[in-house]
Amino acid sequence: MIKSMVQFSSALLLSLAMISGVFATPVDTYEFKSVDNQKRALELAHSLRCPQCQNQNLIDSNSPVAQDLRLEVYQMVDAGKADDEVIEFMTSRYGEFVLYKPRMEAKTYALWLGPVFLLMCGLLIGFFFIRKQRITEVDDQEISAEEQNELDTLLKRDSK
Amino acid sequence: MKKRLVLFIPLVLFLVMGVFLYKGLFLNPQKLDSALQGKPVPAFQLERLEDRSEIITNESLKGKVSLLNVWATWCPSCKYEHPYLMRFARQGILPIYGINYRDERSMAIRELSREGDPYTKNIFDHDGRLGLDLGVYGAPESFLIDHNGIVRFRYAGPIDQTVWNETLLPMIKELQAVAKLDGAS
Repeated sequence: MIKSMVQFSSALLLSLAMISGVFATPVDTYEFKSVDNQKRALELAHSLRCPQCQNQNLIDSNSPVAQDLRLEVYQMVDAGKADDEVIEFMTSRYGEFVLYKPRMEAKTYALWLGPVFLLMCGLLIGFFFIRKQRITEVDDQEISAEEQNELDTLLKRDSK
Repeated sequence: MKKRLVLFIPLVLFLVMGVFLYKGLFLNPQKLDSALQGKPVPAFQLERLEDRSEIITNESLKGKVSLLNVWATWCPSCKYEHPYLMRFARQGILPIYGINYRDERSMAIRELSREGDPYTKNIFDHDGRLGLDLGVYGAPESFLIDHNGIVRFRYAGPIDQTVWNETLLPMIKELQAVAKLDGAS
């Protein structure tokens, strides 16, 4: 038991170490003007998708396009550009597609609100279902005096 | 009866989802609409590949419906595309402008003289800045530009006869008809 716990916790630690490792080391070396800039640029690059290797963000991907765009993000951040400006720069060239987190607008309402809507539906269905069951349960309990007598005699007969 | 119908709701939901997921199997996620569609070609000022002293700008592309083709010597799919471009260029349907993307000038010139040059002019985009502004994410990519210099369509990937016949040519014809109405050639 203890051994397996040790194994489990070391595996957990190892995977955690690997996660932070990936986050902390960008592929290329770029000298940022400040640590704050670096943090902001890396966060931005993490939130943008590489247009070529579509399941990777700009940091993870090593495709030439991702390298270019990464550098572009770094330079823009270092030049004091706001996050919105960087994102605008990317979407005006590569489209909404590069955003891992789509914007809230008319065509993405279904995407953003769909899950809430489905949850509401589920809750509503659940609510009515339970209420209906309660009602039928109450119905079951109401038996007439005649039926009660009959039941009693039957029970008595069986217990004899 | 009504109650029975309610029981079919999960099945209907399942079928609807099934149809969408089935369709999803045949979607190509690599095919992205260009964010530039309907917008003017980004402003640029670049040397001509063959002649350093000649500067090509976005204004140079106006006047005629044209095809912008992003290519490079390091790009294998461009080599597949090349003979088709040669054929389309010989037909003289529209000017084809090349964007030599992140390439070496001497290598590009050598390749064109060896394999043939389908391009009306070649724009030398050495650092890939124009490519970046066009939202290029790999070569080859082609952009249909109307006579006002507006990007009308982007095709990512090599053009071959099928793409040309089924996708590009009908659009070119349409754009050229509009251009004619506007009085451009």
